[in-house]
Amino acid sequence: MTSVILFCALAWSLLGGFGALRGRTPDARPLVYGASFIVAAIASGAAILQLAFGATPGTAVVLPLGLPHLGMNFQMTGLSAAFLIITDVGAATASLYAVGYGRGEREAWRVLPFFPLFIAAMNMVLIAADAYDFLIFWELMSLSSWALVVAHHEDEEARASGVVYLVMASSGTLALLLAFGLLAGVHGQYDFASIRAAHPGSWVGAVVMLLALFGAGSKAGLVPLHIWLPRAHPAAPSHVSALMSGVMTKVAVYAFVLIVFDFLGKPAWWWGLIVLIMGGITAVLGVLYALMEHDLKRLLAYHTVENIGIIFIGLGLALAFRAERLDVCAALALAAAVFHAFNHSLFKNLLFLGSGAVLARTGERDMERLGGLLRRMPQTGLLFLIGSVAISGLPPLNGFASEWMLFQAILLSPRLSAWSLKLAVPSVGAMLALAAALSAACFVKVFGITFLGRPRSPAASAATETDAFSRAGMIGLAALCVVVGLAPGMVIDLFAPVTRSLLGARLPAGHGMSWLTVVPVSLSRSSYNPLSIFALIAAGAGFAAVILHRYGSRIICRAPPWGCGYASPEDATAASPPLSTQYSASGFAQPIRRVFGSFVFNARDQVTMPMPGGVGPAHLISALIDPVWQCCYAPLLVLVGWAADRMNRLQFLTIRRYLTIVFITLVVLLVWVAPWG
Amino acid sequence: MGLSLPLGLQFLQMFLVLAAAPLLTGFVRLAKARLQRRAGPPLLQVYRDLAKLIAKDAVVATEASWLFRVAPYLIFAVTWIAASLVPTFETGLLFSRSGDLIVIAALLGSARFFQMLAALDVGTPFGGLGASREAMFASLAEPAMLMIVFAVALVAGSSQLTVISTFMHSGSTGLRLSMGLALVALVMVAIVETGRLPVDNPATHLELTMVHEAMVLEYSARHLALIDLAHALKLLLYVSLIACIFVPLGIASSGDRPGPLLFGVAAYFGKLALAAVLLAIFETTIAKMRVFRVPNFVGAALMLGLLGTLLLFLSATL
Repeated sequence: MTSVILFCALAWSLLGGFGALRGRTPDARPLVYGASFIVAAIASGAAILQLAFGATPGTAVVLPLGLPHLGMNFQMTGLSAAFLIITDVGAATASLYAVGYGRGEREAWRVLPFFPLFIAAMNMVLIAADAYDFLIFWELMSLSSWALVVAHHEDEEARASGVVYLVMASSGTLALLLAFGLLAGVHGQYDFASIRAAHPGSWVGAVVMLLALFGAGSKAGLVPLHIWLPRAHPAAPSHVSALMSGVMTKVAVYAFVLIVFDFLGKPAWWWGLIVLIMGGITAVLGVLYALMEHDLKRLLAYHTVENIGIIFIGLGLALAFRAERLDVCAALALAAAVFHAFNHSLFKNLLFLGSGAVLARTGERDMERLGGLLRRMPQTGLLFLIGSVAISGLPPLNGFASEWMLFQAILLSPRLSAWSLKLAVPSVGAMLALAAALSAACFVKVFGITFLGRPRSPAASAATETDAFSRAGMIGLAALCVVVGLAPGMVIDLFAPVTRSLLGARLPAGHGMSWLTVVPVSLSRSSYNPLSIFALIAAGAGFAAVILHRYGSRIICRAPPWGCGYASPEDATAASPPLSTQYSASGFAQPIRRVFGSFVFNARDQVTMPMPGGVGPAHLISALIDPVWQCCYAPLLVLVGWAADRMNRLQFLTIRRYLTIVFITLVVLLVWVAPWG
Repeated sequence: MGLSLPLGLQFLQMFLVLAAAPLLTGFVRLAKARLQRRAGPPLLQVYRDLAKLIAKDAVVATEASWLFRVAPYLIFAVTWIAASLVPTFETGLLFSRSGDLIVIAALLGSARFFQMLAALDVGTPFGGLGASREAMFASLAEPAMLMIVFAVALVAGSSQLTVISTFMHSGSTGLRLSMGLALVALVMVAIVETGRLPVDNPATHLELTMVHEAMVLEYSARHLALIDLAHALKLLLYVSLIACIFVPLGIASSGDRPGPLLFGVAAYFGKLALAAVLLAIFETTIAKMRVFRVPNFVGAALMLGLLGTLLLFLSATL
């Protein structure tokens, strides 16, 4: 099956070449996106077959390319097959969506060559079986997505995001390069098989773990390395945003799991602690940023930060359990993390595609200028609602299933013996619960302000339903959200090889109908059967509807609501611009901003009221300070500026001095290398 | 016998909670009125109000979407199912394995999610006001609830309510500090979630003080009936929850004979009446607090829950 993925990657590269050559012809868009959909469908089918029926790890493929003594090694392990499913399901639906969405795209030739290349690069990262290939394709993934971010480089914003993205991506790759360098050891064993066989010492292992956390974390958007993410993801066209947010961040999670779980062997107890705390902070800060944000796509990008935090909480728990050899507990935490990664890829893609449809039909990303879209785009609205319920972690959809498993893993953690973990785990549990509750509040805001109520701009009131291909892409994702939510056991069983190969343990399966009921530990401890819950809710709602319509009135009258005496915007005699008494997104978030924002963001609201009896407008100025920027990046910028000033002198030396510096550097390096002989 | 008896008992519980919920709300109102030296509405007034609402024609705002009309059915069904997953008179009912305490808490979250959306759908300021305040309360109340779940689940070694209730009933827990903290926190969360004084006044229609009422202001007729019933079910749910975890006295276990079952039902109604009287006394003696005081109140519940959980992480015997 590895070779199937290789052929798919080749096909995508050819499509990219075709896009580069013929991208300006009108037929190119449906052709490239349509073909990309078919290839992605084949690739995801291959990955599912491999995981469900094939042996993992699969057969290795060596191509006579790349480094002379190394070649190019590819192999599909259980872990990579799981993440290939995540990648290619996302790629297939985004491509299908783009067949319709791409029609309205301006300057499509800037997107067409890089879109298939980006997908190909992500696939290749996942099946790479040596460090050289991994890094080459990792960098290709970064660069092709960078090209997509700056596709519309006339925008000042897109250019600025591109620069930040490039800097963060390069520093992340540098960290991974160093991590692989340490893993390969002095003999330069770059293929993964030798890296797995060699167990690095505890100090080297710790440094590699921290480098991996930095390298993969910066790609995934772990706070405080997230700053590029909410800038770059929304700047790209929507189907690319979906891939970057829903899929590329998961490739980063794959890199972290690969290095830390697969290569490093037994972790030290404090690794889990660091990852847990970073995950907890990321989850809460991500959702708080999202609550303060009213740009639809940027808000979704902040939610990616939040969900990455949730995934890293799971990974941190798994590391902590593994350090104490509680492999079954570690398997539960890791399975929850991978399952949440899969779920997040589904609903985040769905939501980004939905926001793309809104953007295409209204030209608006600002929620304050949307509203009432559920009546104008009923199908997109329903699909977006499914995504919102799923991401809010509400039963019976898929987001809840993985968060529930994570809570069950937390409930197992009193078995840990390290004291700092005993204190950290419940606190992180509280942070996880807080993030889940806040994200439900946030998606009430998103859906309520964007799709419900009355339109807040002429563009929003003139919106129409999006095209059939776009809807088909979203319907596929929404259906998966529902199916995976109702039968989570199916996916957990499918992903079982991941935990089995990495930890040698898996969740208990085989209660006869294991795909119906999720049982993390034992039936007397906890169980969750979403299908029966869903059936009961449906029956209850149906029962109520039948009784009420049989014995009560079934008449519905329409009447205008009471707007507190203000003229409604539909009123022709109303002043222009119409005074709207509807709640705005910032108004909705104000209580939460007041409760949480005042100490996290140092949020300050300043209200200027007119004098009593005055008719002038009141003004509200609200100011936020980004704590991460304030604490990490602002000092860093000052430091870089200071260092640059000091080093400025180096630019004006004579040739003799330059040669001296080169010579001294060479001597220092040789002395440094000498002990390793 | 086979499946028919467990299925019958499960349906008995479902319809028992449905029938008892308005009674509980009515009893609280009556007790409050008596404490204020009023005659108060008759006990069955809540049922009459529901019947009256069902017979009326519904009025829906012009710009409201289908979500506004579907939401009451969803809110009602989700709350009903959540309430019937909590053991009332017997533990180990047929569907008790479908979801644990975390699922029940999350189901209430789902109901609230749709309630807030429906409030925003009309596009009036009241709906937005209610929804945004509710979102603020919920963002602290839900983590607090989960911390309580953690504390209870760590003591009982299970998050399954049936197992927790049986464990507590066995009396092997003794008095524990963590359980005391969890009980106080759960009562505080229950007050917030069911919109009782001092957080929200169920009897007010003064615009600055409304939370739940502001959200449902545009609902009428059968839709309002469903939402009122769901609200009553939520109160019942929290009373049953507190009863089955902390006062599991008299609760029957699965496979019991009719005698203990009947005793279980009687004990359950006794607990409901006691809870209603206590709630009425509490509400009569306390004044409503300002909206921005509520986060401190719920935050205290969250901290108590967290403290209880931390104690259990440090020592399993606290």
